[in-house]
Amino acid sequence: MVTTTHSQSEQHDQPVIQVQGLVNSFGPVVVHEALDLTLKRGEILGVVGGSGTGKSVLLRSIVGLKRPNGGTIDVLGSRLNELNEQQRSQVERRFGVLFQRGALFSSLNLQENVALPLIEHAKLPREDAEYLARIKLSLVGLPAKAALQFPESLSGGMVKRAALARALALDPDILFLDEPTAGLDPIGAAAFDQLLVTLRDALGFSVFLVTHDLDTLYAACDRVAVLSQKRVLVTDTLENVAKTDDAWVQEYFNGPRGRAAKHSVASTISKE
Amino acid sequence: MQSEWITQESGHVSLHGEWTLRYYRDIKGTLRQLGSISSSNRLTLSGFKRLDTAGATLIVELIGVKKAKQVSEWAADLPKEQLALLVRIAEAMEEPLDVAPASPHRVTDALATVGQQVAALWEQQRQLLGFVGLVLATLFSLLFRPHRWRITATVAHVQQSGLNAVPIVALLTFMVGAVVAFLGATVLKDFGATIYTIDLVAFSFLREFGVLLAAILLAGRTASAFTAQLGAMKSNEEIDALQAQGLDPIELLVLPRVMAMLISLPLLAFVGMLSGLVGGAMVATLSLDISITQFIATLQKDVSVTHFLVGLSKAPVFAFVIAVIGCLEGFKVSGSAQSVGAHTTSSVVQSIFMVILIDALAALFFMEMGW
Repeated sequence: MVTTTHSQSEQHDQPVIQVQGLVNSFGPVVVHEALDLTLKRGEILGVVGGSGTGKSVLLRSIVGLKRPNGGTIDVLGSRLNELNEQQRSQVERRFGVLFQRGALFSSLNLQENVALPLIEHAKLPREDAEYLARIKLSLVGLPAKAALQFPESLSGGMVKRAALARALALDPDILFLDEPTAGLDPIGAAAFDQLLVTLRDALGFSVFLVTHDLDTLYAACDRVAVLSQKRVLVTDTLENVAKTDDAWVQEYFNGPRGRAAKHSVASTISKE
Repeated sequence: MQSEWITQESGHVSLHGEWTLRYYRDIKGTLRQLGSISSSNRLTLSGFKRLDTAGATLIVELIGVKKAKQVSEWAADLPKEQLALLVRIAEAMEEPLDVAPASPHRVTDALATVGQQVAALWEQQRQLLGFVGLVLATLFSLLFRPHRWRITATVAHVQQSGLNAVPIVALLTFMVGAVVAFLGATVLKDFGATIYTIDLVAFSFLREFGVLLAAILLAGRTASAFTAQLGAMKSNEEIDALQAQGLDPIELLVLPRVMAMLISLPLLAFVGMLSGLVGGAMVATLSLDISITQFIATLQKDVSVTHFLVGLSKAPVFAFVIAVIGCLEGFKVSGSAQSVGAHTTSSVVQSIFMVILIDALAALFFMEMGW
């Protein structure tokens, strides 16, 4: 289940996201200081860190929802803060974002939720857009009848899947996921991890995955970045990160839950 | 036949080029021209420049789900990701995708809508009565237990819905007072009874307009605020959280609002009456040559305090109705943003309607009583 490196990452060495010297602060509170981060093409990068270390803030500054106070962010070869409105929109069109609580549009049903970017950006006629939307919903494992349901009538797991379908609507190059498995039961969470890897292998996008879920790190992530002390402490494969000499990292990966997650993955692999 | 995406010659069909969302409609058009390809044709997929889910969907549609799932057997030279994508899409399209909503039937639908509306209206009034009862029961059960009164919350709501509304209520009633005075002057001049403009303004504002205008303003201003506040709490499960902790949302959320309205509206009605009289007085002095002294003297002589009391007696009733409707609509909000909007609208419409209805009934009652 631990993924092999995606074949595309050998072809293109240029990173899809390159963050350098990022500074973020809210008034006197400094969240990031000289933060560097790289997301390689086709990889799933897990971003972990304690509560309040600015994982979501980092995600928001990369997708352009928060203007950073300093530093540069290069995405898909263009420097975000130097682009004008229109160029920026062109780049942002290649993002797919899954927000922590799904953020589905509550006044639209699922198929309309997914079809909206197809109609607005790809200028498809409604009928085609909704047809493609239903395929996207089926792709993330939702039954056909869910297409006409409204978000308020869905369970947490279905909301996450539908939100993923919406994030995938325009076949993004980069997928940003903010705690996608939070609030899901372990079976649903494991299915989501599996789905993410399968889709990544088929669609070839790169994933920036903010998570607290150790199982997701073991099951889905190629590399892990640890946010601590206002910067990225280390970015490497899981084994190497777990060896890092840092109190928080040691507590995180070698605490009781970390050991349990590691053990469960090891046993799945040996069974296979 | 030859195009950017498909080549067909002597029983050999080949797909190539960029099959992406960008060209979805163009490719679809090309395929429609082509018609279906017969199974005797040999099909090759050779080197797509780019392929995404939209393109893969079209390919699966063209060749059929079954053949697409076995794509790795007959098109092994495609890149691994493209093979995986085609298989994934084929799997996704295996399920029936069409979910046609039930076909509409005009006549029966119209009848059904009428029925639903009537039932909903009935249900709404039933709920309102039930809620009024609940609030009154809670109110009386707490009346003699002052330690459980929420003084801070009540005062905060008095400030928001009462104090902050003083300027707008005063301005509005001042202007209406001036308008009534002008109207009276115009009509009464023909009878040489311009002096009765004073009585007109005084009667209308003390008995009706002062309290009615204040109530309508608060219905628009405060009922909507109550609905939005409680609605946001409802969708955030805050009200469920209160109930789960054994706390009574009626006592904590509704009563302070109701009490605040019961305090605010009579005061605002008083402000409205005064301000309306001032508006009338201004018109009287400036354009009817009636001096302020004369205005006040006529008020004292002609207008008894009963009219003031009749007007003010309606204020608590209006206040209660507005607050209760605002809160009840807030509790009815369900998850979606649309629902917050619908219930806020409904609370304003309902409370204004109820205020005017009660006012009309009260006018009839007071007239029959000769008050």
